[in-house]
Amino acid sequence: MSERENILGRIREALQTKAPLPGSHTAGGATTHPVSESPAAQAREWLPLVGATAEEQLALFAKNAADLKADFQPLASRAHLKPALLRLRDAENWQRIASHQGELSSLAANALGLPVLWTDTGYDVQAMEQCDVGITECDALIAQTGGVAVTSRSAGGRALSVLPPHHIVIARRDQLVADLPAAFALLQQKYTPDFPSMISFITGPSRTGDIERILVLGAHGPKKLTIFCV
Amino acid sequence: MTVTLFIPCFIDAVYPRAGISMVEILERLGHRVECPGEAACCGQPPFNSGYWDEARPIAAKVLQQLATAEAVVIGSGSCGAMVKKFYPELFAGRPEAALAQAVASRTWEFSDFIASKLGVTELGAKFPHKVTFHDGCHGLRELGVKQSPRALMAKVQGLELVEMAEAETCCGFGGTFSAKFPMISTAMGDVKCASAIETGAEYIVSNDSSCLMHLQGLLTRQGKPLKTIHLAEVLNHR
Amino acid sequence: MSSFVSQFKAAASVKTADLRHRQVIRTALRSYEVVRDKRKAAFQSWESARQAAAETKWEAVNHLDTHLEALTAKLEARGTKVHWASNAAQAREIITQILRDKKARSIIKSKAMTSEEIHLNDALEAAGFTVVESDLGEFIVQLRHEPPYHIVFPSMHLTRGEIKDLFQKELGDAPSDSPEDLTMVARRVMRQKYLTADVGFTGANFAIAETGMISITENEGNARLTAALPKTMVTLLGIEKVLPKFADLALFLPMLATAGAGQPMTCYNTMYSGPRQPGEVDGPEEWHVVLLDNRRTELLADPEQRDALHCIRCGACLNVCPIFRNVGGHTYGTTYSGPVGSVITPHLRGLQDWKHLSNASSLCGACTEACPVKIDLHHHLLHNRRNASTNEPAFFERLSYQAFGLLANEPGLWWLAKKIGWLTQPLQKLVKGSALDPAKAWTKTRDLPPLPQETFKDWWKNRK
Repeated sequence: MSERENILGRIREALQTKAPLPGSHTAGGATTHPVSESPAAQAREWLPLVGATAEEQLALFAKNAADLKADFQPLASRAHLKPALLRLRDAENWQRIASHQGELSSLAANALGLPVLWTDTGYDVQAMEQCDVGITECDALIAQTGGVAVTSRSAGGRALSVLPPHHIVIARRDQLVADLPAAFALLQQKYTPDFPSMISFITGPSRTGDIERILVLGAHGPKKLTIFCV
Repeated sequence: MTVTLFIPCFIDAVYPRAGISMVEILERLGHRVECPGEAACCGQPPFNSGYWDEARPIAAKVLQQLATAEAVVIGSGSCGAMVKKFYPELFAGRPEAALAQAVASRTWEFSDFIASKLGVTELGAKFPHKVTFHDGCHGLRELGVKQSPRALMAKVQGLELVEMAEAETCCGFGGTFSAKFPMISTAMGDVKCASAIETGAEYIVSNDSSCLMHLQGLLTRQGKPLKTIHLAEVLNHR
Repeated sequence: MSSFVSQFKAAASVKTADLRHRQVIRTALRSYEVVRDKRKAAFQSWESARQAAAETKWEAVNHLDTHLEALTAKLEARGTKVHWASNAAQAREIITQILRDKKARSIIKSKAMTSEEIHLNDALEAAGFTVVESDLGEFIVQLRHEPPYHIVFPSMHLTRGEIKDLFQKELGDAPSDSPEDLTMVARRVMRQKYLTADVGFTGANFAIAETGMISITENEGNARLTAALPKTMVTLLGIEKVLPKFADLALFLPMLATAGAGQPMTCYNTMYSGPRQPGEVDGPEEWHVVLLDNRRTELLADPEQRDALHCIRCGACLNVCPIFRNVGGHTYGTTYSGPVGSVITPHLRGLQDWKHLSNASSLCGACTEACPVKIDLHHHLLHNRRNASTNEPAFFERLSYQAFGLLANEPGLWWLAKKIGWLTQPLQKLVKGSALDPAKAWTKTRDLPPLPQETFKDWWKNRK
């Protein structure tokens, strides 16, 4: 018999005896009363509040992103993207950038007048490691957390959003969702049954508190996260 | 109402003043107080050490003594939790199960009985001292008693309550734990005493004498002037 | 006394007397409490969220076979190789064999308590592989050749000065003792390791049955890099990590972050559903997922304590535990320390050898109150005590409780005992705290209260 069958066999045997439901532990009585099929389905009612309108949600996203030490820049139009990026380029003296083909990411990468490492047809990781910036698109901005959701398909692979020291996300205004349940629903609807092999919720730049619980940004991933919303 | 006051072994043998205060307070409020003579201990020492078979005869005796009580009042959160929360578990699936449930449903911790069940907070007490309050963990977490002692203390003339830092952290008594792992128990007690001393209070008040025995033991040994006193004695101080 | 309990007592005696240790841990946890309470308060209902999380885990664990089969089928359908290990030795063997097959030399690891549980690093190093821990805290304790101090904050017992000295000695690079500078040293060291490692190894926080995914939670980005760059990826997880649905993560991710570190969300929460898929530009060519039992099914077979398998390893119970805070993580001598470790270790490694952990608790219940999935932790400590005493009672302890029962139930004897206590207390004062003192476990550090001549029962009787 395979280990798989051994383990599943032990599990089935153990589950012959029913366990008490959560919160009914005191009398030691077993019960078979089924819990709800999906107890977490109403998560929205318990998670932190988000505003009702798109404006409130955008304001909440901005506040949460600032708390996370991400740089959030809502832009009035696409025309404002180029000057905003050029300001960053000059301030940080970028030499090389990495990006992927996409309506917004290409627009951003091509605006900079710098050599671009495109990930779309494969890339050299050492070369990406030398890049100052990774520019990606995303699947969603989440007002509730101030974070972004990216996937290996929407954001140029697995490494682009985490290897260069500065991650720039270019998002559309209509990609803002209210809360985490909405983000999960969106991803599930968009990708089922063929999910990208990686989905990542990025909530602020990389950080650690492993030395005396003091916050340091850029532990292994990006020190900076800039989110442009057009 | 006839109140059956169950006096825990600690209060009987070590802190009779606390028990006497409870009797006097209840009688002043116009209730008839009974103290079952034969119930000595709730059985918590063997129960908490895992010797449930040895705890059952002790607990069964208590149940039998409390069987017909209208209301059971216990002057300790810890012993109160034993009767109210753990007796039903100890006797689950046994002949005493129904009785254990019934007694549990009529059992109250002293301060909670006065403030919640009787709805009385003004007891005419005077205690002109600065105090801090220690919530015994069993009263706090097993029975959910947190507001009642504070509501009662708020009406004591001259009493100034200063909450200590990490007020809900255990003092480290823990019954037999205090003797089995005295080094941990002592360290926890030292942390608690330091928090209490920081408030500048003259007294640590608690609704659990066992915690106070542990804390007073540390304070006395270390020559600290801070004193401990049971809540009932404060509420009976005039 | 088993060697485990004497080791525990010896280590506890050292740590509880170490006031510097107490201060370091207190300082480290002070900010945690403040931010955790703030994050909890941001929830519309933390209590309802806890109940839902507990029920979700109940569903997962009580239909574990179904969920594991669904998980496996989905993972395999997208090219992931799933392995099953009944015990630590099998898991080590499976992982070692994968590395040999890939002719691997260097392995970059992101944090995984399951790998500590099976002592993977020792086994891999003995087999000639180079293993580097990439999580900063894990990297620090690896350099010190010690196990993690805490399941979430592995190096919380160390000060910046100690870490600076360590980096200077082991890496020859420590510009200052600022956490920023020291973190950047680790970042530089690790960068090249990601790029050159043959295999990336990760643990897991959740596995999603519905969609066939492994979810990894981290702040540093080290797991992201570990799962992005090496050609082969290996993930080890306990079988209890499964959640039924993808959307369950919308609840569990913020709860894990809040309970564990007082964050609204951990920085990276990443769901992997396969190796690099057709059309994707990077990611491992092969992904091996190893499902570990290692006596979890024994815990599963105890319905009373089955909810201990709900644990999401957030560390909240450790953070609030006054025992943990005073004895420290290493004193336990276990992979999983703190309240949850004291509950599950007797199941995973033997009740009689590890029952002392359940006794080393004041049963204060702070852990149960802190647990985001409502595990009845402190009552399970009581259940372990009961099981240990029932299976193998300690002769004298049982005898003393039998005697105590006789005394308590016989009013005449009870009266006599109190009188003897009162009469002999002057004698006790003579030997107070010394080896001759029968109460020395108490009196070494504490005075006994003076016993009154008139007990409550005397007063009651005289009054009538």
